[in-house]
Amino acid sequence: MASVQLKNVCKKYPNGYEAVKDFNLDIADKEFIIFVGPSGCGKSTTLRMVAGLEDISSGELIIDGKVVNDVEPKDRDIAMVFQSYALYPHMTVYDNMAFSLKLKKTPKEEIDKAVREAARILDLEKLLDRKPRALSGGQRQRVAMGRAIVRNPKVFLMDEPLSNLDAKLRGQMRVEISKLHQRLGSTIIYVTHDQTEAMTLGTRIVVMKDGVVQQIDTPQNLYDHPCNKFVAGFIGSPQMNMILADAVEENGEVVLKFAGQQIALNEDRAAALKKGGYVGGKVVLGIRPSDIHGDAESLQKFSKSCFEAEVRVYEMLGAEALVYFDIEETGWVASLGTSQKVAVGDKIRLAMDTSKIHIFDNITEKTIVD
Amino acid sequence: MSSSLERSRKIRTAGIYAFFVIGCIVMIFPFVWMFLTSFKTVEESMMIPPDILPKSWQLKNFTDAMASLPFLALYKNTALMVFWRVVCAVVFSSMAGYAFAKLKFKGKNVLFSLVLIQMMLPSQIFITPQYQMLAKLGLTNTVFALVFPGIVSAFGTFFLRQAYLGIPDEIAEAAYLDGCNQWQTFVKVMAPLTKASMAALAVFTAVFAYGDLMWPLIVNTDLNMMTLSSGLATLRGQFSTNFPVMMAGSLLAMIPMVVLYLFFQKQFIEGVAMTGGK
Repeated sequence: MASVQLKNVCKKYPNGYEAVKDFNLDIADKEFIIFVGPSGCGKSTTLRMVAGLEDISSGELIIDGKVVNDVEPKDRDIAMVFQSYALYPHMTVYDNMAFSLKLKKTPKEEIDKAVREAARILDLEKLLDRKPRALSGGQRQRVAMGRAIVRNPKVFLMDEPLSNLDAKLRGQMRVEISKLHQRLGSTIIYVTHDQTEAMTLGTRIVVMKDGVVQQIDTPQNLYDHPCNKFVAGFIGSPQMNMILADAVEENGEVVLKFAGQQIALNEDRAAALKKGGYVGGKVVLGIRPSDIHGDAESLQKFSKSCFEAEVRVYEMLGAEALVYFDIEETGWVASLGTSQKVAVGDKIRLAMDTSKIHIFDNITEKTIVD
Repeated sequence: MSSSLERSRKIRTAGIYAFFVIGCIVMIFPFVWMFLTSFKTVEESMMIPPDILPKSWQLKNFTDAMASLPFLALYKNTALMVFWRVVCAVVFSSMAGYAFAKLKFKGKNVLFSLVLIQMMLPSQIFITPQYQMLAKLGLTNTVFALVFPGIVSAFGTFFLRQAYLGIPDEIAEAAYLDGCNQWQTFVKVMAPLTKASMAALAVFTAVFAYGDLMWPLIVNTDLNMMTLSSGLATLRGQFSTNFPVMMAGSLLAMIPMVVLYLFFQKQFIEGVAMTGGK
């Protein structure tokens, strides 16, 4: 297993398009790093540069202390799992898994041992003689994993490996991959656009947008302390509610006014706005759906951050209920307890947890306080 | 209601069958006529109105055909020509098709346009320059001369390029990461995936080569270096043609292809369906 470093890595295509801009990342041994972001953000391109399938336009890629920019993919000691699995259709599961070792001219007994061990880990022992077309989606996915495992590579690269599976299987495989990481103790770089995968699997997450790294942090920190509006909106489901608000000082308190409503900020948030010179200007208020409450106790506790809303849609999810409403034509959602009986069309009173309010700069979109 | 529906369905089915039966008769009739004529006397073969069956079955036509043509040599030449044309077409078209579909190189589009242009031009245009080349090299009346125009196939290149385009790039990339070089990726991973297309091209090439008359007739004038098709053509006289002997010869010439068809029926049908040939 190994460490991976990307130093000022850029990818520029001949037509001038910059897919990845100044990418810097130190991946420690045994880390599970997730690249996440919307389509076209450069996450797959970065992974393909690590794999050696794309040239690096500038910057350095270092694996285990050695610059590998010009090293052939096969000599980088990496293995990749593709979104489409890319199994060889004309070979059996066994041959698919043994192929790379055969090319290396590994002795037959060693190949057999490695393949059977990987098959045992992935529960593929009964399928070794089958061709990929005779396998289900989940089984193919496991074979693709197996093909990577038998090589015992320094780094595993996975490019949206679960996106072709149905929701249930995706959940199961997510757990399997997590177990596999613990078992193999391997360094993994994993690309996904699914933030549930990102949050549950990664030891650290790299959030990307338009080829630029937005934030690199642990899942919890990304959720609690997003560095800007994009990350705040991207991480978390349902996503964070946001609205443009006027920051005003009234009676010694800093309040945020929006859509005819107003909420008072707690001391540290008020101090941050004052310090940054935002009072008297516009800021973006953000609050996660789970930080909006409707029960009597919360309404009393957060009495200075209450607001009115008319329920547009009510979704009962069992353990919680999602309440959708509009604030000045912006769709908001609150995750409430199921004990609170709410019907569509009801006018209800809700309160924001003042310690969980995020405030962003309206122009730079950077976090002012969270 | 249901009985009238069933009746109309039956009528429609009967109509479809009738159409196919007529089609079959039209297709089979020339073969049946060739078979029957090969056993007739010359007079019987030219009678108007014709007799369907010969009065007495003349086996002599076959011995005459075999006496007038060196059939063993013709079989051998035809087999060699078909074999080498198929091998060359499949091997070179695979390599060129793979390059056009999956490799990045300068001038790819220009070169591929040339392939397309060659496909669009009638093959007769190339006969004169190809003949001149062979004549200057002193290679006429050889098996190589028979194979020569089939060494590279523009159609094959195009056809296999399409087959390679249908294979996702990720498979080649996976092979590349697994440690294959470009040649290994082609031979071990990509080419085996085009087996069905290669078989189709092989069948198509074989059928075309077997029936090719013009080129063998021009390039090999020595009777012992002719193919079945060009050899049979020599039986056609300037003033009269002994049709029963010619038909007997044609029947003999058909035997290898019929045997091949019986063995490779599935591939033949798939090949014709895939290449859009007929």
